[in-house]
Amino acid sequence: MIELDSTSAIHALHRLALDHPSIGESVPGATTLYVSAGVPNLSTDGLVDLLVALTDEAAPHDGVRTEPSTHVVDVVYDGADLADVAAITGLDVDEVIRRHTAPTYVVAFLGFSRGFPYLAGLDPAIVVPRLASPRTSVPAGSVAMGAGYTGIYPASSPGGWRLLGHTSAQFFDEHSDPPSSLQPGDRVTFRGV
Amino acid sequence: MLPVLIVGRTSTLITVQDLGRAGRAHHGVGRSGAFDHASAALGNRLVGNTANAAVLEALLGSFTLVAVESCVVAITGAVVDLSVDGRPVAMNTAISLAPGKLLDAGLPEDGLRTYVSICGGVGGPIVLGSRSYDTLGHIGRGPLGVGDEIICAHSEVITPPWFEPVPVAPIARPVVLDAERGPRYEWMSEEAQRALVNTTWIVDPSIDRIGVRLRGPKLERRANRVGLELPSEAMIPGAVQLPSGGQPIILGPDCGTTGGYPVVAVLTRRALNVAGQVRPGDSVRLRLR
Repeated sequence: MIELDSTSAIHALHRLALDHPSIGESVPGATTLYVSAGVPNLSTDGLVDLLVALTDEAAPHDGVRTEPSTHVVDVVYDGADLADVAAITGLDVDEVIRRHTAPTYVVAFLGFSRGFPYLAGLDPAIVVPRLASPRTSVPAGSVAMGAGYTGIYPASSPGGWRLLGHTSAQFFDEHSDPPSSLQPGDRVTFRGV
Repeated sequence: MLPVLIVGRTSTLITVQDLGRAGRAHHGVGRSGAFDHASAALGNRLVGNTANAAVLEALLGSFTLVAVESCVVAITGAVVDLSVDGRPVAMNTAISLAPGKLLDAGLPEDGLRTYVSICGGVGGPIVLGSRSYDTLGHIGRGPLGVGDEIICAHSEVITPPWFEPVPVAPIARPVVLDAERGPRYEWMSEEAQRALVNTTWIVDPSIDRIGVRLRGPKLERRANRVGLELPSEAMIPGAVQLPSGGQPIILGPDCGTTGGYPVVAVLTRRALNVAGQVRPGDSVRLRLR
């Protein structure tokens, strides 16, 4: 696992790593990229050398290889935590919604389970801590905030993020490959309906 | 297609598993696959399959299977009393089942997960490159229930079945799990770094395919890491996570692909196989290589 100083640097190296025959898995995180050897005779030192070489190659491209896709997501802002977010931030509910719908978010990485998209670019005024005690079940399609990100629950699962609303848009289909229609680097905007 | 076996009685949890869905973690798809690769691989070798043939993984034994067609099976992993139509048979060998025969597996005396391999492999839907059921992401064919049918994949068979029990060493006690330092090893205080390897940890009752919780002294963070939140990063099966409560969790095959707790150690593949066989209350030690 290596730490990189920008999301675009992570995405650029990730794309090169995915295409490299000697690399097995490449998994972006918030500030890191995890890679594993894809061939049995590649040592840890060899993997590090390879990554250094790929990092040099990735730098000039700066993550812009192809035009990122943009997804507009219709959201019903009726989340159970909307009032709490308003209370914590000192804003009214309409202002929380306005600030959540204003930015163009970047898919930083997909994770946890079933392609959970971590969307970067939240307005700092509405960043709030996650719930002290996670819910045992959050419905699929919930639009939520946590850990400085906003995201969409692709499936019903336990979760500690603050719920703002829900969407019927679906981004994960296990019967297509790749299963997630959101990719790291894609842009997402929310529209209240 | 005629099934080869039908489930007569189920254990706590029977799932179909192969070697998993590696290579899709960047889409948020977990690896899954048999928790104990070694036992699954042994069963596949005994019936002549390739290593990636799907098998059944039964938590805490206690299942029966009825043969519909003639087939060759092998039972490996957690040691159970095994019989065919009431006559005792051995584990860790190929067994021929004629149509109508009832294979009965008892509760394991030792270990947690018993594997059933079928000559030709367990069939069923391949989802995202694997037949494995992911208990976190709910991907693949779900857990098997009474009356469920098991079809044969008719995958390549590379050797004749081996009809002799092969010796398998019991899990050594106390269980010692080999690990490497994790990427966030330095988040632990020096005292915690020593305690990680000097403690005899007790396996917590809350264990599943997502993680194995250990109980022992609280491992404190280094002073300059207290209260910090780690930005989410990649997780892998075998990672030893340290939540703020200070009690380590060994991540299992169905763990999330990212997480926000520091990883202080990573088990070797062999140790992860053993971690899939420890039971609540077992004593476990970690050994850093």
